[in-house]
Amino acid sequence: MSVITYREAVRQALREALLRDDRVFVMGEDVGHYGGSYAVTLGLLEEFGSERIRDTPLSESGFVGAGIGAALGGMRPIVEVMTVNFSLLALDQIMNNAASLLYMSGGQLNVPLVIRMATGAGRQVGAQHSHSLEGWFAHIPGLRILAPATVADARGMLWPALQDPDPVLIFEHAMLYNTEGELSETPEEVDIDTAAVRRVGDDVTIIAYGGTLRTALEAAEQLATDGVQCEVIDLRCLRPLDMATIRASVSRTHRMVVVDEGWRSGSLSAEIAARVSEELFYDLDAPVARVCSAEVPMPYAKHLEDEAIPQVSDVVVAVHHMVT
Amino acid sequence: MSEIPNAPTSSNVGAADDAQHTLHLLREMLRIRRFEERCVELYSRSAIRGFLHLGIGEEACAVGVMEALTPEDAIVATYREHGHALARGLSMRATLAELEGKLEGCSRGRGGSMHLFDATSHFYGGNGIVAAGLPLAVGLALADHLQGRRRVTACFFGDGAVAEGEFHESMNLAALWHLPVLFCCENNLYAMGTALRYTESEVDLSLKASSYRIPAWEVDGMDVLAVEDAARNAAQAVLEGGGPHFLEMRTYRFRAHSMYDPDRYRDKAEIDLWKHRDPIPALTTALSERGVLSEGDLERMETEIAAEVDDAVAFADAGTNEPIEFLERFVTSDRVIA
Repeated sequence: MSVITYREAVRQALREALLRDDRVFVMGEDVGHYGGSYAVTLGLLEEFGSERIRDTPLSESGFVGAGIGAALGGMRPIVEVMTVNFSLLALDQIMNNAASLLYMSGGQLNVPLVIRMATGAGRQVGAQHSHSLEGWFAHIPGLRILAPATVADARGMLWPALQDPDPVLIFEHAMLYNTEGELSETPEEVDIDTAAVRRVGDDVTIIAYGGTLRTALEAAEQLATDGVQCEVIDLRCLRPLDMATIRASVSRTHRMVVVDEGWRSGSLSAEIAARVSEELFYDLDAPVARVCSAEVPMPYAKHLEDEAIPQVSDVVVAVHHMVT
Repeated sequence: MSEIPNAPTSSNVGAADDAQHTLHLLREMLRIRRFEERCVELYSRSAIRGFLHLGIGEEACAVGVMEALTPEDAIVATYREHGHALARGLSMRATLAELEGKLEGCSRGRGGSMHLFDATSHFYGGNGIVAAGLPLAVGLALADHLQGRRRVTACFFGDGAVAEGEFHESMNLAALWHLPVLFCCENNLYAMGTALRYTESEVDLSLKASSYRIPAWEVDGMDVLAVEDAARNAAQAVLEGGGPHFLEMRTYRFRAHSMYDPDRYRDKAEIDLWKHRDPIPALTTALSERGVLSEGDLERMETEIAAEVDDAVAFADAGTNEPIEFLERFVTSDRVIA
């Protein structure tokens, strides 16, 4: 076992993919000469050359669309979009082409494309660089949406994503890049279908993903000292949702809190809450609770940003409210 | 307008100056024309629904460009793409069955008029979003470049597309990476129902491509021989490593934008003026004058095409509806590709 950063884990995954498959190439803004806006691709240009590590102009729609075209043409592109807010400039290509081509063509055209992007708040970069919009993308049929929350998942999810014949979007929470975790010397592939139970408990199920997993785990730790045993589920894959794992847990704990850095209205947390109420209504001992971001464009000032996004204390309060 | 050396003109028909070949071009244009005319009838009896964008008047563009391509080349088209599909070799049967929403359609009835696809002939579809096909063409050409595959990707779009960001992003990417794309702009003067002069500060579209250092020129889109010759020269230049090329075809659609369009924005006089330039009678007359097409020949051609259209209608009408249990099939793949 070695301890590495999440950033290094993503970089190792990219290197492995580039070494294993000639069809893989990386393209995006500042991925080459700059080394990646989050330094994820640092050194890859020198190792793999400018044909496979392609700097693009600031043309999100153009280069995401080009990634789709290259996938149609037999390549396995990995497109990096600098941050989720910028991905809105490419939403047309992601939704109207990538997600729809297989269906519109009656099954003729696969789009084996991977798009990576940073998401989430916490760095005081304001209302145009901080949102968690992965829930929007999880709304779209035809896409697979992944949110690696651990170093092992950051390292292990890319290769299986590249084996998927359909488009896969990977959301990397910006606050995770500097976090560290243990990784086996011979990393094992992880599956990209199922949620993971990160902590076992019988009293309350806490659902989290990506940037909120650490929040949920810290809250569970505090709650354990108060005698409340929480089960923490890391969704990992936001579309399709692994309802089997959620059902198995909630039907045992009878209580659920969803922690989602997205806005509450029409969010992924809303979807999970709705499904649990549809499927497990009579198993619940308390109403489903949600801890989400405040419905504001993300503020710049530190105290306001902290207030806007889910904190450990918010989760603790929600759980206490539920068990008392 | 930026001239390239030896820019083609209609008097310089080159390889196209062959009677049999020209008759073939006429037949292809007639097939598209008669097919689309029948589509109007089918729309009236509700066999075809939704949007139906007809390219009547614009056949020379689809036929001329397609003749200049090889079976290996890739095509990205627009939502007005019946002509492109037929000229590319999609059968009338599969195309019409698609318009009727049948399982036997080229997209299994999932696509309809705007979404005709055929992977085997590298026909990457119509596209209902204006300019959204251009980045796809850039990507297809990038894949060819990276895999050392020598072919052209022909990308059709209308004059309306030049206002979209994706047009400019794609011009820049294709030129920057020197990719083998043949951009084929069908300029019919109207972005849906609004004339270009009301929406563009610069109506010389070739100039826009030239500003990205892409060789660009205009061609008479009502002259199939001129279009074919220009496209052949451009495709050759692309294949020889010349990077992207841009062809602006000046054309006109004789019918409204779609079946929903009352066509209030054009003078009848203007439409009539362009109808005098109809590419089909123009070619018919030229061939007759040269003595290679008799009235009997033309009648025979019309009869054969009518039979093909009748056959396609019978095929589509007799087609099956996809079983509703397959509604969710192909949202994602149920197989792993190599």
